Amino acid sequence: MALSEFDSWFNQPLSPLYYNEDHQAWRNTLRRFIDAEIAPFVDEWEEAGTFPKDVYKKAASIGLLQMGYPEQYGGIPVGDPFFAVVTAMEQGRAGGGGLYASLNSHSIGLPPILALANDDIKERVIPPVIAGEKIAALAITEPSGGSDVANLCTIARREGDHYIVNGSKMFITSGMRADYYTVAVRTGGEGAKGISLLLIEKDFPGFTQTPLKKMGWWASDTAALYFDDCKVPLSNLIGEENKGFSGIMVNFNMERLGIIATANALAMVCMDDAVAWARERKTFGKRLMDHQVIRHKIAEMTKRILATQALTEQTAWQMQQGQTPIVELSLLKVQATETLEYCAREAVQILGGAGFIRGNKVERIYRDVRVYAIGGGSEEIMRDLAARQLKL
Amino acid sequence: MKILVAVKRVADYNVKVRAKSDQSGPDLTNVKMAINPFCEIAVEEAVRLKEKGVATEVIAVSIGPKVAQEQIRTALALGADRGILIETDVAMEPLAIAKCLKQICDKESPDMVLLGKQAIDGDNNQTGQMLGALTGYAQATFASEITFDGASASVIREVDGGLQTLELKLPAIVTTDLRLNEPRYASLPNIMKAKKKPIDVLTTEELGVDVTPRTKLLKAEPPAERKAGIKVEDVAQLVDKLKNEAKVIV
Repeated sequence: MALSEFDSWFNQPLSPLYYNEDHQAWRNTLRRFIDAEIAPFVDEWEEAGTFPKDVYKKAASIGLLQMGYPEQYGGIPVGDPFFAVVTAMEQGRAGGGGLYASLNSHSIGLPPILALANDDIKERVIPPVIAGEKIAALAITEPSGGSDVANLCTIARREGDHYIVNGSKMFITSGMRADYYTVAVRTGGEGAKGISLLLIEKDFPGFTQTPLKKMGWWASDTAALYFDDCKVPLSNLIGEENKGFSGIMVNFNMERLGIIATANALAMVCMDDAVAWARERKTFGKRLMDHQVIRHKIAEMTKRILATQALTEQTAWQMQQGQTPIVELSLLKVQATETLEYCAREAVQILGGAGFIRGNKVERIYRDVRVYAIGGGSEEIMRDLAARQLKL
Repeated sequence: MKILVAVKRVADYNVKVRAKSDQSGPDLTNVKMAINPFCEIAVEEAVRLKEKGVATEVIAVSIGPKVAQEQIRTALALGADRGILIETDVAMEPLAIAKCLKQICDKESPDMVLLGKQAIDGDNNQTGQMLGALTGYAQATFASEITFDGASASVIREVDGGLQTLELKLPAIVTTDLRLNEPRYASLPNIMKAKKKPIDVLTTEELGVDVTPRTKLLKAEPPAERKAGIKVEDVAQLVDKLKNEAKVIV
């Protein structure tokens, strides 16, 4: 709806062009839930570098973790990408990125299992994870490379009724606390056709983890994983041997849409807080907001946020129609993180010294910018992917 | 036992409401709307009574534009069984709302009507009391606890002097205060299930209620900006200012 006197990006109604009353209701539920159960504690959890495990169960109590999974596993089968957009927006509103990365790590850990695994694994793993009782993670990236999935080096060889896994994984979200890890390993020859997915469980012998300290996303659990002759039962193979690559690919579109919507929501938070500050703060006898240099920054933020939001909703609509808009998603991810980078930078400038002090959303978001611009496909990889799709 | 709950569509509590530039009223054109928080407490109480086996059916009724169905759906997602929308685009005053609810009471014969003590838009705090007068039902406002004993209800209400307990014969009207309960979240599965619950749509004409406003809104404007305060030096200066400037003591 047309913007007029600015209050907050988050106090506007959802566009009836894309959203129905279910999205509206879900937005209201998330707003209340996050305001009561999460937002008041984000600073504390960021400083502590973790968050209580009962947040998973609380999130499951409103249906957040079950969203998009089949009913037979206790899920709520809403496949509509606008639920993902609404969820990302509301999570972004509280400005607690790291927490949600860990809380939602199942959203990349489970889809390969859902797409490829046998019923036994699905029935054992999916229900407790989406009920918030167990945690799932995805482990693809290695110390030697991330986006170059086809050349990964972790090796699994058969020995009797087990695989013996050797190698390591890097930057793994929920890496310390997960119970189930969907791990990409090489079981065959070179390239994508030699890759399998294994379900590796927390207590398997030969599996250890080390926590990693990060620039941002402090509340998120991020770790390096090590496999030293780790014994994995053959029955933990997800799908068929040497056919794991497609399982890795199933994640990308929804994951990127989530990152896009989150990045733009965080840009909105930056602008909300910058506007509130500039309206209050007085310098040289007038409001900060009455200085042209500041007003133009806000206008520029508005311009970029509006454009990103419009394309986000259009792309989500294409996905809702069953299309696979790879070019749009790749380039939109670049646009969203560039918008976030700009808004975070300018918001910190507007807040001045206050923006440099820990304990406010803008400072935190500024530190989190890079993870959105790198994770789930870096800006460089995204441009390259789009260029390849365009067959230039 | 049948419980009727009234729910109102209002601007979300987060929204900073502004007056329209022509001062003809609050500007709600680009504003996130939600269920009135006091109404949500009323729905929660009704649903809890149903879960305890005291109530058998919970009906959520709203009066407003077509989109007010969203708020009925929220009530259904919280656990109400069915909804009634009295569709109107008129800006409804408490008396007109109470008259419409009276018609619904006549049709449905509820044992209890639960309403929020007030809505956060008009803050009128009148509808429940007016409905009490129109129906002749027993009435307790500002409830912080409701218990049942057969055909009567006991309501603890928050009054200026503390707490007052009222015994009510059913059917009764109870308006809810903040401390009655803490409403649950409408979970995603329940939001989806609520889609299957029926909502009847009626008009004010069908109910035979004249909803023409009795009052006229002359002008809506933001409250005057508060001036910065000062720090007084001592008690004597404070007393002097209260006496001579604020003129609140003599």
